[in-house]
Amino acid sequence: MKLLEVIDLHKIYKMGLEEVRALDGVSLEIEKNEYVAIMGPSGSGKTTLMNMIGCLDTPTSGRYILNSTDVSLMSDNELAKIRNKEIGFVFQTFNLLPRSHALHNVELPLIYAGVSKEERIERAKEALIAVGLGDRMYHKPNELSGGQRQRVAIARALVNNPSIILADEPTGNLDSRSGEEIMSIFYRLQQAGNTIILVTHEEDIARHAERVIKIRDGKIEKIEKDYQRIIPKI
Amino acid sequence: MSNLKFEIKESIIIALQAIISNKIRSFLATLGIIIGVASVITMTTAIRGIDKSFKEGISSLGADNMYIDKFAWFTNEDFFKIRNRPDITLEQVYQYKELAKKPVAVSPESRVFTTVEYGSNNVQVFLTGGDQDYLKTTNFTFASGRFYNDVEAIAGRQVVVLGSEIAENLFNKINPIGKEVKINGIKFKVVGVLAKQGSFILGPFNPDKVVYTPIKNIFKYFSNRRYRTITIVVRAKNSDAIQETQDEAIAVMRRIRGLKYNEDDNFTVNLQEGLQEQYNKTVGIIQIAGVIVTGLSLFVGAIGIMNIMFVSVKERTKEIGIRKALGANRKMIMRQFLIESAFICIFGGLVGLVIAIILSLVINQFLPTSIDISSFFVAIIISLITGVVSGLAPAYQAAKLDPVESLRYE
Repeated sequence: MKLLEVIDLHKIYKMGLEEVRALDGVSLEIEKNEYVAIMGPSGSGKTTLMNMIGCLDTPTSGRYILNSTDVSLMSDNELAKIRNKEIGFVFQTFNLLPRSHALHNVELPLIYAGVSKEERIERAKEALIAVGLGDRMYHKPNELSGGQRQRVAIARALVNNPSIILADEPTGNLDSRSGEEIMSIFYRLQQAGNTIILVTHEEDIARHAERVIKIRDGKIEKIEKDYQRIIPKI
Repeated sequence: MSNLKFEIKESIIIALQAIISNKIRSFLATLGIIIGVASVITMTTAIRGIDKSFKEGISSLGADNMYIDKFAWFTNEDFFKIRNRPDITLEQVYQYKELAKKPVAVSPESRVFTTVEYGSNNVQVFLTGGDQDYLKTTNFTFASGRFYNDVEAIAGRQVVVLGSEIAENLFNKINPIGKEVKINGIKFKVVGVLAKQGSFILGPFNPDKVVYTPIKNIFKYFSNRRYRTITIVVRAKNSDAIQETQDEAIAVMRRIRGLKYNEDDNFTVNLQEGLQEQYNKTVGIIQIAGVIVTGLSLFVGAIGIMNIMFVSVKERTKEIGIRKALGANRKMIMRQFLIESAFICIFGGLVGLVIAIILSLVINQFLPTSIDISSFFVAIIISLITGVVSGLAPAYQAAKLDPVESLRYE
């Protein structure tokens, strides 16, 4: 079942007189429950593509259909709603609210979704338990290790049952052991039925996915899928 | 709905954290609000206090009174012309009393500035003389004893009635009734003490600071020191009758004085209305000054808050990006910052209110002020409005931040 479709997507930034074509005619499809990596060197346009798929940014031209809805022409507020309901972000730098404890950070998407307090707390606790942080719910980010922070971020991404979990270099700031833990969580999440899009520049990380889409100069260079997929051991 | 409640709670917690982590900055930013709210509340309570005692003063003197006098209280006429008017004599007072049909009470009034002694205590007062009808021109209430009666007035007995402050200063805790005070070396028996009339605004004419005696004593013992002209105190039946009583007074006085039709009045009928007008003018000026001071400090305060909110938005660009990525829309971000700015202002307003309460306790030493619950709401509402208005621009700026760029912000 098709989850999202990107058709001839262009994104052009104007830097003074110069035009930068960050995305130059990208088309791709992603199925439900797929595990896809978007790979490319820095400046390739992979982050721009991620921003489009994550509804953080809108394309200059082209269409983006998510769950049979065209989101490329939506307003700011409509996009905010899509991000809230359909997308779960995991960032390289975790992006947790520093003054709020883990539970509150995980609760945040549910607040914006208008979920009642009791249900919110219950679901946030479930999500934290699912990533193995049941005993760290009231710790603030600076009281947690990098790996634990990223797990809070994953719990936050999961909590509103999004269509896509969108992870941007999720292991970039972690040591290899914590990185592996995070990758095994993603693996389990896919097994549980989630769709995962991983953005990375590391081959080793990308190979955890079933399919790797390689981007260069704003275009899809190639799509790889016949390789030995890495299955996390932990 | 519970969602909005939570957002408000959360924004307040964020605002509190911001205030606590930047104590000095927050204090300086809210200083304008603090001063603004403190000044508006102090001002309104002070004016309310002045107002109350003025009204009490007027009503103790008799709100429907008028005063036929040589001098006009408020006039644009040449002073020398007025000075050359003839004095009003006691004879003219009694002629008027006989001819005027409209008033319910008429009494002559004559004042002498002198010293009243009891034992080693002495107080400087206006000794005020009236006749047997004087009491009927007032609304005096008594703490003890009575006013001088008809017999005492007509016979000119040496009796006095003390204003409440005078009694307190001379006798302290002793009951003054029946005691003898000395005025100018002459003994007078105290027959009554007035209850506190509370009209401090009338100054030396405040009944609390006056000693009353039959007018014959003034002529007998102080005739060389008294003002030569006599004031006729006239009480109209009610406020509707003031105009006709005044018209009649002018006609009767012209007849007594034998004025020809082409001659000007050589007396004035002073109305308490004039006093009221003068009072309103003065209080009006105070009020305008108060509004300007308050307005300016609130304006400066609003700019301070706006400034701190812009700084706050800048500092928390990343946080705004995160919130947007998680699904906060413009309205939600805007609301968060508006609540924060309103909360900071309300916080400042409450500090201002506390200062105003302290100030009004100080002012209360010489002016009757009272802060009531409405001041609390005034403080909250003013600071709420200031907070929302000054938070608008920063909140809007936060709301329209681009999520991609703000996530990238470090």
